[in-house]
Amino acid sequence: MDLTYSAAEQAFRQEARAWLEANVPREAMPSGDTAEGFALHRHWERKLFEARWAVVSWPKEYGGREATLMEWLIFEEEYYRAGGPQRIAQNGIFLLAPTLFHFGTDEQKARILPRMAGAEDLWAQGWSEPNAGSDLAGIQSRAVRDEARGGWRLSGQKAWCTRGAFCDWLFGLFRSDPVAERHRGLTYFLVPLRAKGVTVRPVGRLDGDAGFADVFLDDVFVPDRDVLGKVHDGWNVAMATASSERGLTLRSPGRFVATASRLVELYRRESARREVDPTLRDAVVRAWMEAEAYSLYTLQTIAKLDGGGAIGPEASVNKVFWSEMDVRLHDTAMRLLGPHAELADEAWTKGFQFALAGPIYAGTNEIQRNVVAERLLGLPR
Amino acid sequence: MRFAFTQEQLSIRDSVRALLKRECPPARVREAWATADGRVPGLWSQLAELGVPGLLAPEDEGGLGMTELELVLVAEEGGRFAAPEPIGDTAAVAVPLLRDTSGPPRARWLRALATGEATATVALDDAPYVMGADTADVLILQRGDELHAVERANASLEAHPSIDGSRRPFRVGWTASAATLIAHGPEGRRALTDAQDRGAVVTAAELVGLARQMIDVTVAYVKARHQFGKPVGSFQAVKHHLADAHIAVEMSAPAVYRAAWSLAHRAPDASVHASTAKALASDAATLAARKALQCHGAIGYAFENDLHMWMKRAWALAAAWGDAAWHRERVAKVLLSTGGN
Repeated sequence: MDLTYSAAEQAFRQEARAWLEANVPREAMPSGDTAEGFALHRHWERKLFEARWAVVSWPKEYGGREATLMEWLIFEEEYYRAGGPQRIAQNGIFLLAPTLFHFGTDEQKARILPRMAGAEDLWAQGWSEPNAGSDLAGIQSRAVRDEARGGWRLSGQKAWCTRGAFCDWLFGLFRSDPVAERHRGLTYFLVPLRAKGVTVRPVGRLDGDAGFADVFLDDVFVPDRDVLGKVHDGWNVAMATASSERGLTLRSPGRFVATASRLVELYRRESARREVDPTLRDAVVRAWMEAEAYSLYTLQTIAKLDGGGAIGPEASVNKVFWSEMDVRLHDTAMRLLGPHAELADEAWTKGFQFALAGPIYAGTNEIQRNVVAERLLGLPR
Repeated sequence: MRFAFTQEQLSIRDSVRALLKRECPPARVREAWATADGRVPGLWSQLAELGVPGLLAPEDEGGLGMTELELVLVAEEGGRFAAPEPIGDTAAVAVPLLRDTSGPPRARWLRALATGEATATVALDDAPYVMGADTADVLILQRGDELHAVERANASLEAHPSIDGSRRPFRVGWTASAATLIAHGPEGRRALTDAQDRGAVVTAAELVGLARQMIDVTVAYVKARHQFGKPVGSFQAVKHHLADAHIAVEMSAPAVYRAAWSLAHRAPDASVHASTAKALASDAATLAARKALQCHGAIGYAFENDLHMWMKRAWALAAAWGDAAWHRERVAKVLLSTGGN
């Protein structure tokens, strides 16, 4: 065990820190989940890409630095420490890209990845449907073969597509074989949201931003080159990399360590100003310790991966922990803010509302707990 | 940066686990509840053959010259088997305390403790009871900024039975002398902080082992127990209880390992890391005990079932060496103080 950073890791950290300190906007940007904010965030993503900080772990040919997992973790720590803006590119670079690296053809990788990294194309997820949420294999949207044109015609409705009203493309599963067993008849498609037959309807979120969209597809043509992986094998394609994202890349510890530090600052400020609820002292330290615990757990995971291991159902341990920790961190801040917490321009309140989504998105925590019990503890289904 | 144990470290853990599996099954722990000293006969000398008491002692004092990293792995196994042996007090606290100080007790006790010929018990701060004071050869006790090593024969003991029948708490009367003085003044305070940190971390490791064990036995039980024609472990309510316990333990163990590394390397934040480890592990083990009992149902409440032996040890150790709230407050004093800013 060596818990010191190597000279190379320290140099990487210094380089990232210096760039971020010079470039992260001093003024908070408007939410990337609004039309105005999305455009500004796209500009920020381009700036990251031009300095080669958008996708540090990717191969150089696609705009990355071929950073190690540890360096990626360090970049994330520095990014959130510096108060870096939300990443509107995250669903593409953290959720779709690993699947592309694994299953994509060379043509797909060359065509899609650089535009994704450079924020020329921003991606939305198309998993959930009105009748397929936790039971994702209940997908009803259809893909019908169009042999004459060499592709597929997609119809149906995708729901809760994050930033779907502003994104350029959507990735998701569609039922290509109506008679196969439900996990088997699905295909993974890449769908241009500006294509004929696509209707996008913004859906307001709890916090008022139009961050969601319903995406309606009416006989939308998608050529064969935009099928990812094998036809009818979409479930396996989608799941192959799902756990690594849920477990590591989607929510790295740096984000929560930074939130915990800000919570400590908030406590110092509020307790210097007035008498705060005496139990908050304990709550702040508890939340801070949890962020530490998640950070250390992640270092352990990275050592396992470096040693040739893989993340499987362990990802569900992460997901339950980080999402519920995030709620506790923000809930503690709400209690510290007292009557100020209801103000609409309070950043903590915005964060609190977003944190409440964590135990729901990326697979509800009820489903994740089932995965932990069945696949890690071996309990019967 | 590499957060992983070496093969050598893991093989020490494995040999201790194999020994305890063989020599310290639940039936032996249960027997120990009824013996005069609450110990498993012969187990300490078998642990000594593996070098456990002297893990942290220098080789020229009969030890192995290893670090807290090896020690927490061993302590985790001690917890898993609820071994009623003084791994924490003797190997993790008393030995390095004597190793790092120069008072008269070093020459008297270090080698004897490191080789397993003698055992120690430690009670610092305001700890009201001294565990196993009737069988320990030497009692490590505190008075202000003085640490003393008092021979059992020179202390007066008053027994206060524990709910954990293999733990034997005593109130102790004793007299300090120049001969018993381990350290005092600045050296005493430094030694006290080190001892508190080591005691907290080794106890946290035992709690992780206890929690893992309670989850394992409960998983086995809910797979075997049928109701409504199915294993009760197939019910979502039961699954979620056990998932919660598992997540809490998985998230606390790395904090324990990090604290061990920080102690071994004398990191400046070692005390904060030790307190973080103890707070997380105390809460995780307490949660695991609660979930284990609930998932066992009535049988877990029966004295004839072994579960209560692990639960009671977990409750006792969660409160020993500072409970979770005490350690959070210790961290709060560093983290939240505004005076320094």
